[in-house]
Amino acid sequence: MVKKISSLADLELIAKEYGERMSAYEHQILVCAGAGCISCGCGAVRDTVRSTLSELGLDNKAIVKETGCMGTCAVGPVMLLLPERIFYVGLTPENIPSLLKAHFVDGKVVEERTFFDPIQKKYIPGMDDIPFYKEQVRIVLRNCGIVEYGQIESYIADGGGYRAAHKALTSMTPGEVVGEVKASGLRGRGGGGFPTGQKWEAGLNAAGDRKYLVCNADEGDPGAFMDRSVIEGDPHNVIEGMIIGGYAIGATRGFVYIRAEYPIAVERLSAAIAEARDYGLLGDNLFGTDFSFDLEIRIGAGAFVCGEETALMASIEGQRGEPRQKPPFPFQAGLFGKPTIINNVETYANIPSIIDGGAAKFASIGTEKAKGTKVFALAGNIITSGIVEVPIGTKMEDIIYKIGGGILNGKKFKAAQVGGPSGGCITSDNVDVPMDYETLIARSAMMGSGGLIVMDEDTCMVDTARFFLDFVQDESCGKCTACRLGTKRMLEILQRITRGKGRMDDLDTLMELAETVRDSAMCGLGQTSPNPVLSTLRFFREEYEAHVIDKKCPAGVCVHLLSYSINPEKCKGCSACARACPVEAIVGELKKPYVIDRTICVKCGNCMTVCKFGAIVKE
Amino acid sequence: MADIALKINGRQVTVPEGYTILEAAETVGIEIPRLCYLKDVHKFGSCRVCNVEVKGAKALQPACMVAAANGMEVFTNSPRARRARKVMVELLLSDHNCDCLHCERSLRCELQELARQVGVTEARFEGEQNFGGIDVSESITRDMTKCVLCRRCVSACGNIQEVGILSASNRGFTTEISPAAGLPIGSTNCTFCGQCTVVCPVGALKETSHRERVWKALANPDKYVVVQPAPAVRSSIGECFGMEPGEAFTGKLAAALRRLGFDKVFDTNWAADLTIMEEGTEFLTRVREHLTGGKSVLPMMTSCSPGWIKYIENHYPDELDHLSTCKSPHMMFGAVIKSYYAKKISKKPEDMFVVSIMPCTAKKTEIARHEMKNDGYPNVDAVLTVRELADMIRDAGIDFTALPDEQFDDPLGLSTGAADIFGITGGVMGAALRTVYEIITGRELPFPNLHVSPIVGLDRIKEAFIKLDNVRPEWAAAEGLEIRVAVTSGLAGAKQLMEQIKAGTSAYHFIEVMGCPGGCITGGGQPRSKDVTETRKLRMKALYKEDEGKKLRKSHENPDIIAFYKEWGEINGHASHEYLHTHYVPRGIYNELTDETFTVRR
Amino acid sequence: MSETRQECRFCAGGCGEQAKYAELDTVIESYKDREGCLIMVLHAAQEIFGYLPIELQTYIADKLMIPLSEVYGVVSFYSFFSMKECGKHTLRVCLGTACYVRGGMRLIEHIKEKLNVEVGGTTADKTFTFEVARCIGACGLAPAIMIDDEVYKHVTPKYLDEILAGY
Repeated sequence: MVKKISSLADLELIAKEYGERMSAYEHQILVCAGAGCISCGCGAVRDTVRSTLSELGLDNKAIVKETGCMGTCAVGPVMLLLPERIFYVGLTPENIPSLLKAHFVDGKVVEERTFFDPIQKKYIPGMDDIPFYKEQVRIVLRNCGIVEYGQIESYIADGGGYRAAHKALTSMTPGEVVGEVKASGLRGRGGGGFPTGQKWEAGLNAAGDRKYLVCNADEGDPGAFMDRSVIEGDPHNVIEGMIIGGYAIGATRGFVYIRAEYPIAVERLSAAIAEARDYGLLGDNLFGTDFSFDLEIRIGAGAFVCGEETALMASIEGQRGEPRQKPPFPFQAGLFGKPTIINNVETYANIPSIIDGGAAKFASIGTEKAKGTKVFALAGNIITSGIVEVPIGTKMEDIIYKIGGGILNGKKFKAAQVGGPSGGCITSDNVDVPMDYETLIARSAMMGSGGLIVMDEDTCMVDTARFFLDFVQDESCGKCTACRLGTKRMLEILQRITRGKGRMDDLDTLMELAETVRDSAMCGLGQTSPNPVLSTLRFFREEYEAHVIDKKCPAGVCVHLLSYSINPEKCKGCSACARACPVEAIVGELKKPYVIDRTICVKCGNCMTVCKFGAIVKE
Repeated sequence: MADIALKINGRQVTVPEGYTILEAAETVGIEIPRLCYLKDVHKFGSCRVCNVEVKGAKALQPACMVAAANGMEVFTNSPRARRARKVMVELLLSDHNCDCLHCERSLRCELQELARQVGVTEARFEGEQNFGGIDVSESITRDMTKCVLCRRCVSACGNIQEVGILSASNRGFTTEISPAAGLPIGSTNCTFCGQCTVVCPVGALKETSHRERVWKALANPDKYVVVQPAPAVRSSIGECFGMEPGEAFTGKLAAALRRLGFDKVFDTNWAADLTIMEEGTEFLTRVREHLTGGKSVLPMMTSCSPGWIKYIENHYPDELDHLSTCKSPHMMFGAVIKSYYAKKISKKPEDMFVVSIMPCTAKKTEIARHEMKNDGYPNVDAVLTVRELADMIRDAGIDFTALPDEQFDDPLGLSTGAADIFGITGGVMGAALRTVYEIITGRELPFPNLHVSPIVGLDRIKEAFIKLDNVRPEWAAAEGLEIRVAVTSGLAGAKQLMEQIKAGTSAYHFIEVMGCPGGCITGGGQPRSKDVTETRKLRMKALYKEDEGKKLRKSHENPDIIAFYKEWGEINGHASHEYLHTHYVPRGIYNELTDETFTVRR
Repeated sequence: MSETRQECRFCAGGCGEQAKYAELDTVIESYKDREGCLIMVLHAAQEIFGYLPIELQTYIADKLMIPLSEVYGVVSFYSFFSMKECGKHTLRVCLGTACYVRGGMRLIEHIKEKLNVEVGGTTADKTFTFEVARCIGACGLAPAIMIDDEVYKHVTPKYLDEILAGY
C-alpha cells in the first residue's frame, strides 16, 4: 500500500525520490511503445536493449524506460538516448547489439540508424535538429515520448504531474477554474471547436444533484490516432485534466469511453486509473479537500457513430449507440438524464498545462479565435507520417512539407482530406490554408478531430469520395431516414459512376442528396457525412464528368474504367506478360507483339508489372 | 407557465412554454407533414419529414422535437424545407415495397398520403432494398417489406406496454424492427395486444386476417353462423365510416351484421352479464373462504383480456392462481352457443360457426388455445377486429351510415348497462361491484349513478375501498370488511401490480386488468387514430352513455341471464365449470415451459 | 426464473459450460448496481465464451432483467460483438475473377470436404472459421487464400493440405 498523496509536499517528495533514482544512471534509453512501434515489434527491441546492456555490463549506467508515442511512426521502432538526445530509428532486435556497442562502448553515433531528412538529404542524429520535431509545439504531447506511461512517479517527476490538479482543488474555486479555461481560449478538439470554458460554465451552472464528466476517447476516423497516442503515452495527463474538469463543473463521477479497438489504451488507462486511486488522486477527498472524484472506463463495441456525443452517452447507458436530437444538450440532460459535460481526450490533455502555466501563456499560442495547439495524424502519400502537434493556424503546407517532409516518391500534391470522413478536401490552390476552425470550414473542410490525409496526383477523387462515403454509410446508425437511406443512395450513385455506369443526371441527384442529407440528418455525423461528396464535386467536378461522360478515370484508379493494351511498337514478344496473366487474356506468338483480349482481362495489372519494355498501356 | 411568442411562416404565434414547433403550428392551422411522430405515443424525430427551416439554425429542425422559443422564426414551406421533405419521402419510398394496390393499407396509408401530399410522381432513387420477410402469427402479421422504421411500434411495445418484444436490430441500412434474433413473433412472449398494429403508419404491422375465413363460413349452407360483437365495438365502428368518435352505433352495428348474412346476431354483452354472474360468484366464494380461514387465493384478478393472460403466463407463471378461472366473455358465449343454444335449435356443435367481433387482436390467439375447446370443438371459430369488420361491411356494399337501427336477436342479445362498461378500464370491476355489493348487503352500490368514481378514468392504477356493513345474515362474516379493489389498464400497470403480488405486499382483494391502456375502447383491434388520448376519452364517453341509457344496469337483473341459469344449472356449477371456466398455462418468459407457439406455418 | 431451469437449458448433455457461466455470474454481480452496464457485461461474456449466441443473450437478459429484444438490438448494433462462433484462425479463399478462373472453387470444395465445414461456418475443433473473400488483390498469385493476415499463393488442393497442417 502506497502513501496517499494529500499535499504538494507529497508530490514534491515523490518527484525528488524518482529524480534521485534516475540520476544514478548516466544514460536513459527511452524506447517508444506507441501503437505504431508496438506493431513494428518494439517489445522485442526493448528486450534486446535490456539484454544487450547487461551483456555489455552497462546495467548500472543506463536505464531503459518505456514511453508513449514519439510521433515518427513511419520509421519505428524508435528510441531516444538521454542526456545526449540522440534519436535512433528503424530498430530491430538484430541491429540493436551492434548499435548499442558502437554508441556506448565505442562512443560513436551510428548515423545510418538515425533519422534521414528527405529534404536536406542527410542523417540528423540529434532529435532537436530534426525538422519533424523542430517545427512542432508540444502541449498535449509534451510528455509523450518522455514520461513512462506506466509510472505515476515519472509523470509527477518528469511531467510535473498533478501540480495543476493540486492548484485547482486547493487554491481555486470551481468558478475560477472555469474562468481560467475560458480565458485560455481553449476550444474543443473533438471536431466542433466549441469553447471549452463556455461548456464548463454551462456545466457548473447546471442544476442537479448529480453531474457527470465524460471523456470521449472513441476516436473512429480512419487514419486518426491522436487520442490513442495521448492515452497510451501519457494517461495521467488525461486523468488530471478530468479531475480538474470534474472539480470545475461539480461532477463526482467521470466516464472515459474508449473504443474496443484500442486494447492497449484501455489497458494503460486502466492501470493509470488504478495507480491514481492507490495514490489517493482519485477517490474521496482529493488533496484533503471536500472534493471527491472517480473514473470508470466504458468500452465501445465497434460503432463509429458513438463518437457523436449523444450516441456515446446512449452507449455508456448500455443501449444501441444511436444519437438523439439536440437540444436538450448534454449539459442540460445528458448521461442518465443528468447534466453532463463531454470533452475529448486532447481537450482534457490541454487542461493541466493551462492551470499550471496560466491561461495567458496558453493563449499566446494560436490564432485570434483559437488558442493553443492542435495534434494532427499525418497520413497518406507523405514521407514522414505520424503524430504532430502545431500551433493552431499553422499553414497546411508547413505541416506537409516542413514537418512531413513532402510527398512520397516525388509525386505532386493533389489534395488533402482534413477532418476525417466528415471533413472535406483541400486542393493545391489552398495548400497554404492556415489550419484553424473557421478558415477550414470556409474552404469546405473542417478541423474535425485532426486527421490529415495527403493525396498525390495518382489519387482518384471520385474514388476517394466513394471510399469515405462507403465508410460513413457502413457506420450509419440507421436511426434517421436522411443518413440511413441518403448515404446509401449516394454511395450507390458513386459506385455506379466509378464502375462506368454513371449517367449525367447522377451528378445533379448526387448533389441534391448531399445537400439534403446535410440539411436533414439528426446528428453531426449524418449532417457532415456528405462533405467528401460536396467538396470533391465542388473542386473536382471535371473528374466526375470524365468518369460519367468519357467513362475514364483520369488518375487510373477505378478498375472498371481501365483498360490494358499492348503497344506493338514496344512489345518484343517475350511472352512474360502472357505467362503472368492469371486468366490467359494475353495471346500471341513469340517474338511478335502480343495482344490483350479485353473481354477476358480482369485488370489485375500483373502484365504491367512483369513487362520489362514498358509496352503495357493502362488508360 | 410563460407564453412563448414566435413567428411561423411570417405569422405571429403565441403558445405556452413547452410546445414544440409542430404543436405551435397546429394552433394556427398549419399541419406540418410528419410520419414518425404520433401524439402521446411516439416522439422520436427520426423520419426527418417534419423538418422545418428555423432562422439562424444551420440544419433543418424536426418540428416534432424542437421546442418553440421566443423570437424563433420558422418557415415550414421554404424551398429548402420543401425540398428536404420531399427527398425524405422519396428516400423512404425507395426502401419500401411500393406494391400499394396489393396492400390492405392502400388509401389509408400514412406514407402513401404523405407521398401524394409532397408531390412524389416518380421513383428517382432506385437502389438496394432492405426487405425483411413476412411473419404470420395467429394474431399479428408482420410484413417487413413495408416497414419504414418509424419505430412507433417499438414505443408502443417497449415504452407504453413495457413488454419490449419489438426492438430495432442491426444497424444502418440493414436496421430492422423485429423480435429478438428475428424470431417469429408467435414464438416469443408477445402478448398479441396489437397496440403495435394500431400505431403502424403503413402495412407493416396488422392483424392476421380472418375475413376470408368468415366469408367462407357465411357462404357455406351447412354452417349456422352466429356473430357477437364485443361491448367496445359499438363505441368505435362509426369512425371507420367517417363518423366522429364519441357515439355508439349499436343499432347500425346489429343491422350491418344482419345484412352481412349471419344467421344470428347476438351480443357479447349478454356474455358480459354472464361473466359477472360467474366471476362475481367466484369472487364471493374466495372472499367467504378467506373470511372463514380457508386457503383461497387473493387478490383475485380478472381474466377477460387475453393479452393480459398471455402476459401473466409468460412473466409470472407462478402466480396464475390469482386469475379468475372464468373464460373471457366471448369464449363463454361461444361455449354456450355450441352447447346450450345448438341443442335449443337442434344443431350439432360442428354445424355451428361462431364469429366474434372484437376490439382486440389477442382474441385471435385466444381462440387457438388448446383450452378453448369443448366437446372437441373450438368455442369460437373466427375473430374479426373492428377494422376487419368495417372492411367486410364495405366489401359487401353496405352503406353503414344509412342503416336503420336494429336490435340483437333473442335470446342471447339482451344485456344490461353493466355489460356496456366492460369495454372501459374499470368497467368490469364496476359491473362486478354492482352485483357483488348487492348480493352481500342487499342494497344497491352506494355510488352516484352506480359509477364507482375512484376507478373511473384513465389513470394507470386506480383503487377503491368499499366498506361492507349491515350485511345480509348469510354474509355476517363480512360485516365491517373493507373491500379493496384496484384497476389497471395497459401491461405496464399490470407489471406494477404483479410485482406487489410477487413480493407479497399486495393489499387488494380484487384486481381488474385490461391489457390495453384505457381498456378495450383503445384495444389493438380498434380503428387507428391520430390522437389516441382524445379518441380514448370520446369512446369512453360513448360507452358510459350506453350504460346510462339502459333500464337495467346490473347483470343479475338481466332476465335472459336469469332464464338461462334456470336451464343451465347453478352459477359456478358443474356445467359452468366445464364450459365457462378454464385453466392457465405457465409459459415462462420465453415460452420455454410449453411447446405451444402461435406461429402460423404457411 | 429459477436458477436450475437456466442451467438445464444451457448445459443440456452435461457440457462443461458451468464454469463459464459461474465466471459470467461473477461479472454480472460486480456490475449489477452500476447503471447501464449491458455493454460491459456483453464484452465480458464474449471474452469468456468467445461469442454471443442467442442462448447466452437470453441468459444475460434474464440476469439483468432487460427484454431480450433489447439485448439482441445492442449485440446486433455493434460490430465488435459476434453471434457466431469464430475459430482460432480465419481462413479465406479468394473468389475474385482471377482466383475463380484459376480454381478457387476447387479449393472451396476441397476445404468443405476436408474440414467438414460450410462457408461462414467454423470447424468442429474451432480451429478455422471459413469464409470467402472478394478479390484480395493478389491476382498474380491466383488462386490465393488468406489465413488471418498471411497470404498463400498458387494454392492447389495438395498444397492446401500442407498449409492447413501447419495450423
